[in-house]
Amino acid sequence: MTSSRSATVTLPTDEQILITREFDAPRHLVYEAWTTPELVKRWWHANRGEMTVAEIDLRVGGRWRYVMVADGGFEVAFHGEYREIVPNERLVSTEVYEAMPDAQALDTVTFAEENGRTLATLLVQHTSKEHRDAHVGSGMEDGLQDALDLLEQVAVSLR
Amino acid sequence: MIAAVPRAATTADAFNAVAEPRRRQILDVLAGGERPVNDLVRALGLAQPQVSKHLRVLRAVGAVDVRGDGRQRLYRLNGRALKPIHDWVKDYERTWSERFEQLDVVLEGLKKTEGGGGGDE
Repeated sequence: MTSSRSATVTLPTDEQILITREFDAPRHLVYEAWTTPELVKRWWHANRGEMTVAEIDLRVGGRWRYVMVADGGFEVAFHGEYREIVPNERLVSTEVYEAMPDAQALDTVTFAEENGRTLATLLVQHTSKEHRDAHVGSGMEDGLQDALDLLEQVAVSLR
Repeated sequence: MIAAVPRAATTADAFNAVAEPRRRQILDVLAGGERPVNDLVRALGLAQPQVSKHLRVLRAVGAVDVRGDGRQRLYRLNGRALKPIHDWVKDYERTWSERFEQLDVVLEGLKKTEGGGGGDE
């Protein structure tokens, strides 16, 4: 079991989001869970609704699309295209939140295995700080002008 | 004067206080410990009036505290005032944490299937 079950999110630059998490499983299984539609449907909802669509055409140039009906009844949909695939190791794909079609991000996820455990690292690269902020702050109305390279430091100072 | 009102309103939160790169730089320097204004002037390479202006904004949101020490005024970081920024990202982090907790469950199932299938080479 993982000692801390919590994902870590940091904002390394104004246009990036970095998400990391360790799993108590070898990486070929993490990769399988990440890329198999029936398995994705069991975890990607994050307990916030039900996934109605998980389409994955796992080849370079192939598309993916996830749709979730959130508990409030509204639907959220995401899609993208695979750009790079190294089985069990690395996936690069575009990501578009369909309600904000102009904000296309590039996601790079890597899986590193050590002693049967896997460190997953997901880097989301936006094209502007506005898009990045909208992504992180989805649900917030204010146009935020912050830049959060301070975040980790702040988090540490609050411990 | 009227124009100053909305401006005051928009700078008076933590997000706007750190929106300006120079102010983030000040916070970075103060993260290393309490400093007199002269140190900040040197570290930033700005004129003192500009540094003081940024310090006023940071003090207005409570991100920086000041105390007098003899002839000097010493500034220090107050991380707690920046907590709204931390909370903003925390929400997003919570989504991913829950997502990954579900993924843990899926992985436990996969491990059992793989182990139970025998012939794990």
